[in-house]
Amino acid sequence: MPVANIQVSETLLVLYALRRADDALILGHRLSEWCGHAPMLEEDMALSNIALDLIGQARELYTYAAKAEGKDNDEDKLAYLRDVRQYRNLLLVEQPNGDFAQTLVRQFFYSAFADLYWRAMMTSRDTTLAAIAAKSEKESAYHLRHASEWIIRLGDGTDESHARAQAAIDHLWAFTGEMFAVDEGERALIHAGIAIDPATLRGRWLTTLSDVVGEAALVLPQNDWMQQGGRAGRHSEHLGHLLSELQSMQRTFPGQTW
Amino acid sequence: MVTVLDRDSQLRRRAWDAAAGVVDPEIPVLTIGDLGVLRDVVLDGDHVEVAITPTYSGCPAMNMIALEIEVALERAGFHRPKVRTVLSPAWTTDWMSEEGRRKLRAYGIAPPQASNSRRALFGEQAVTCPQCGSENTELLSEFGSTSCKALWRCKACREPFDYFKCH
Repeated sequence: MPVANIQVSETLLVLYALRRADDALILGHRLSEWCGHAPMLEEDMALSNIALDLIGQARELYTYAAKAEGKDNDEDKLAYLRDVRQYRNLLLVEQPNGDFAQTLVRQFFYSAFADLYWRAMMTSRDTTLAAIAAKSEKESAYHLRHASEWIIRLGDGTDESHARAQAAIDHLWAFTGEMFAVDEGERALIHAGIAIDPATLRGRWLTTLSDVVGEAALVLPQNDWMQQGGRAGRHSEHLGHLLSELQSMQRTFPGQTW
Repeated sequence: MVTVLDRDSQLRRRAWDAAAGVVDPEIPVLTIGDLGVLRDVVLDGDHVEVAITPTYSGCPAMNMIALEIEVALERAGFHRPKVRTVLSPAWTTDWMSEEGRRKLRAYGIAPPQASNSRRALFGEQAVTCPQCGSENTELLSEFGSTSCKALWRCKACREPFDYFKCH
């Protein structure tokens, strides 16, 4: 028996929380794919730890989205019973792990943003979002430091690691613009003091990137054409495959618990 | 009136002590009182509600801790106690008691330092070895066996050790 997708009444606030929850869950799931496969034990633990932080953040955000919606949904239903087009995460976070450099560059781009974003969101007028932000910003600071150190180690390492890190930067760059874009609904939340305008973070984000990438002897691409669509539910082919694994248990055994 | 107040404050004290004595399943020398995880105990008649704050967003120990609190309160005579999670203000290692820090060190885990050291992107940290007391130590990995710990090594006694990260 196939399990039907849930319907979500996406008010502005529900959609806003869902988008951030989806970012955290999908990136956390991607990182968890390294568990048992990382190049060394310490890194296996690090990536799993970061995955755990992100999935924890996702749980808080899904719980809040469900509460804001006020229907029958909860964190599990939101994670396990929505299909690809209902997911609203950034295209960046669903990109495959690729090699180790690609995983770390993806993490670096996201963490450099998340660190600024959560710190800014601590001033949100929405007390739950502000509280989630206060927890998340502490975690993102560690994630950023971890990724930054790896970018430098890879870029300033061997010819091989340098080439792979540069290739990852060039490949993932077009997915970074979406982090700073807002639609009309989010614009309204920004005016209400519930959300912050991510465009105001881009200058500092670029400074962090330039500092680290410069020290790593790598370069940032000059092209500014950006791929978008994730926030509106238009995803790359990779997300469907990811969800089929993430959701397989609940789709096969509906309502199953540990 | 005085006796009623006394009775309530005694009951609350008893509930607080029962909850505060629950140990962290990952670091069994620390109680949630030591950790600063226990935030509030509210008494309504004989019914008790406890507020705790999560350490890390994804820390799996939190579910276990909530369950242990319920068991401890039941044992102390409070029926069907409730455990509520509060997110704000966010937990910080600055709330860890001196007693907690001492116990951690004795257990072989370097206690957390002041939380402002977290922000330094590549800042030098000096973590003292809990085994021999040397400051000649190095970071092996930012992430350790649990969310709250990093892995360090002492260059003086050569022992690897866990460091409870500041948060």
